[in-house]
Amino acid sequence: MEDKDNLITVNIDGHDLQVPAGTNMVEAAAMLRKEIPHYCYHPKLSIAGNCRMCLVELGMPGRDRATGEPMLNEDGSPKIMWMPGPAIACGTKAAPGMHIKTDSPKALESREAITEFLLINHPLDCPICDQAGECTLQEFSSKHGRGYSRFIEEKNVKPKRTRLGPRVTLDDERCVLCSRCIRFCDEIANDSVLGFTDRGSYSTLTCFPGKELANNYSLNTVDICPVGALTSTDFRFKMRVWFLTEINSIDFETSVGTNTVVSAREGKIYRVTPRRNDEVNDTWMTDSGRELYKIVEAEDRLTACSVAGEETAATEAIVKASETLRGGKTAIVGSGQCSVEEQFALKALAKSLDAVSVDLVARYGEDDGLLMSVDRNPNVRGALMTGLIDTLPEERLEDLGSKIDSGEVRTVLSVKEDLTEAGLSEEQLSKVDIVFLGTHRNATSEKADVVLAGLTQFEKSGTVINQQFRIQKFNRVVPGPRGCIEDLYALSTIAANFSDEKFPSTVGSIWKQLAGENSQFSELSFQSLSDQGQVLDGSAFEHLPFREGKSLHFEPKREAVAAE
Amino acid sequence: MSIVIKRKPLTLMEKLYLPEIARGLSTTFRKLWEKPVTLEYPEQRPTIPEGYRGVPTLVKDPEGREKCVSCQLCEFVCPPKAIRITPGSIPEDSDYAHVEKAPQEFDIDMLRCIYCGMCQEVCPEEAIWLQNQFSMSGYTRGEMVNNKEKLYELGGTLPDEHFKWRKKKESAEKGGGHH
Ligand code: SF4
Ligand code: SF4
Ligand code: SF4
Ligand code: FES
Repeated sequence: MEDKDNLITVNIDGHDLQVPAGTNMVEAAAMLRKEIPHYCYHPKLSIAGNCRMCLVELGMPGRDRATGEPMLNEDGSPKIMWMPGPAIACGTKAAPGMHIKTDSPKALESREAITEFLLINHPLDCPICDQAGECTLQEFSSKHGRGYSRFIEEKNVKPKRTRLGPRVTLDDERCVLCSRCIRFCDEIANDSVLGFTDRGSYSTLTCFPGKELANNYSLNTVDICPVGALTSTDFRFKMRVWFLTEINSIDFETSVGTNTVVSAREGKIYRVTPRRNDEVNDTWMTDSGRELYKIVEAEDRLTACSVAGEETAATEAIVKASETLRGGKTAIVGSGQCSVEEQFALKALAKSLDAVSVDLVARYGEDDGLLMSVDRNPNVRGALMTGLIDTLPEERLEDLGSKIDSGEVRTVLSVKEDLTEAGLSEEQLSKVDIVFLGTHRNATSEKADVVLAGLTQFEKSGTVINQQFRIQKFNRVVPGPRGCIEDLYALSTIAANFSDEKFPSTVGSIWKQLAGENSQFSELSFQSLSDQGQVLDGSAFEHLPFREGKSLHFEPKREAVAAE
Repeated sequence: MSIVIKRKPLTLMEKLYLPEIARGLSTTFRKLWEKPVTLEYPEQRPTIPEGYRGVPTLVKDPEGREKCVSCQLCEFVCPPKAIRITPGSIPEDSDYAHVEKAPQEFDIDMLRCIYCGMCQEVCPEEAIWLQNQFSMSGYTRGEMVNNKEKLYELGGTLPDEHFKWRKKKESAEKGGGHH
């Protein structure tokens, strides 16, 4: 990976460390598992160097001014010339022979002094602050604070409970003026709306007059704010963070496949936040993707299976679904919202049913060049790689419509897709028997003969393949409603009804089959797949006119992106 | 392992039997005229010593402000997980809007509570106190869960040394350090 020749040696607290030249010293120390406390430094933003929390002692090997010769100690080791004052580690790049001390008395003293200054005007309202429990000011204060206050003057009062935008609430008293949020808006979101007004301890973060922080990335400022100054209006006062169980997941919003962490307590999801993946989304995420957890408890959620409008047990509904599909002349409408495992099971089902056609429904939207791609299905490439489909899906199922009209198709199995929305008319739908497997009520579920209530991405595990052909896994966060059935279980049980072989019905067992049948997946298993995902070889599909444009870590392969 | 306790041999007086009966009855009659040491509970109630840890309750400050800000620290620390809080926010038109946060719901399950006092110890707002009430009874499990209303009813008002939120509001009104 890194060029070996480019490595240089620095010395941190007496330990030699080989790092690439130019490495930030905060990162270099992290490689030795030493934490240099910091507020304003963020690995994905420019260096501001304004919080001064990361002060360390810094020294370089000395050179004789007259001769230019390296100065040596008596034992022959290079003589280190320590700077008289401390330096900020975040603004220091590794240079050959550099020495730093992160825990010398002078470094510790600087940290304590900075902490005391930061706490002078801090309101100390942790009991009502949402950041408590994941606040770096809280952590560093307990480590480097003095535990009592020498400040007898009156504290500054600044605006509290301010609305910065539709999703972000600001408490100025808690702000440590690190400017991370400002830099994020300038550098990543390209929407410069934040800035400081006033000077010194009166400095106050505000929005530019007449503007608000409303872009689709605004909640990232909440994530990177090291204190509780910026808080999410949606999550505000909902739950203390120390009660939350955090599960790694993937954002299903678009084919970017943003890595996420979903936080839940006792079966209820409270928030979705981004998870760092330097190859996909860095540390960012869209605001719209964070709202997706609301589908779990949505009004129109299907919470029970039904046959001809009557609620039934899931097992019964599966039997009935198999019967309906036995009628023959079946078309399958799969979904780019399904996991790779489900698509694989669906393919097996299509084969044993001898399906007339297998379609997916495409969803396209505007892209923003960052983390929203044109393709609003998270897993179209999964359907390609499992062999469920071999061309890109269409937005409207016109082909299927004409097959229904001509009587070629008499039964339709729709997985997650609303057929009305995909362009089939009422009349066409009433000509066919419909089996619907999905999570929410829609026109198709109303018309369907058999409805199998499935699970959302938060209630099951699986994998999806994003626009880079990176296979990534998501994990179950909460259990599904009582009347629901796992989609994969439903599909493979139905598939098993139509073939003599036993078909695996869990994610783990289906991977064995998947790996056996498909050389692309042969080295993989669900367990061994890392949380950063793995890029698969998608060259076989390069000829397809994928519509995605450039986004954060993705360049479209084709020069001319398909004719629109 | 069994322990064998030797029985003391009886003295002559004990062997005679009747003198011992008389000795016992004399104690009975003597006590009959003395002041009783027991209480006729529940008509009579004991005086509760200071620092007694009875049923946990929520208190208001002398201004009538509910002190709890639903920080959920007590919920976290409670060893048998007896406390359940749904946090909420104080509406902006309230006199205490600057406190921002208050519990929407607050339940303590007295079938779980072990009267340990951890909640009182951890509370940063001095809002939860184990007070004098020591007997809890009910016909159903549900009755044994004290909700927010019940907790404030049991808790009443306690004196406040700090009035920190009032001070906070006053300093905001004065411009707080700004000239
Ligand atoms: S609001 Fe937060 S991120 Fe922004 S400058 Fe203040 S402390 Fe930093
Ligand atoms: S007294 Fe102990 S057991 Fe009872 S509510 Fe408080 S912390 Fe929980
Ligand atoms: S009673 Fe005290 S510890 Fe418990 S939530 Fe309220 S303020 Fe927090
Ligand atoms: S982290 Fe280095 S100055 Fe803020």
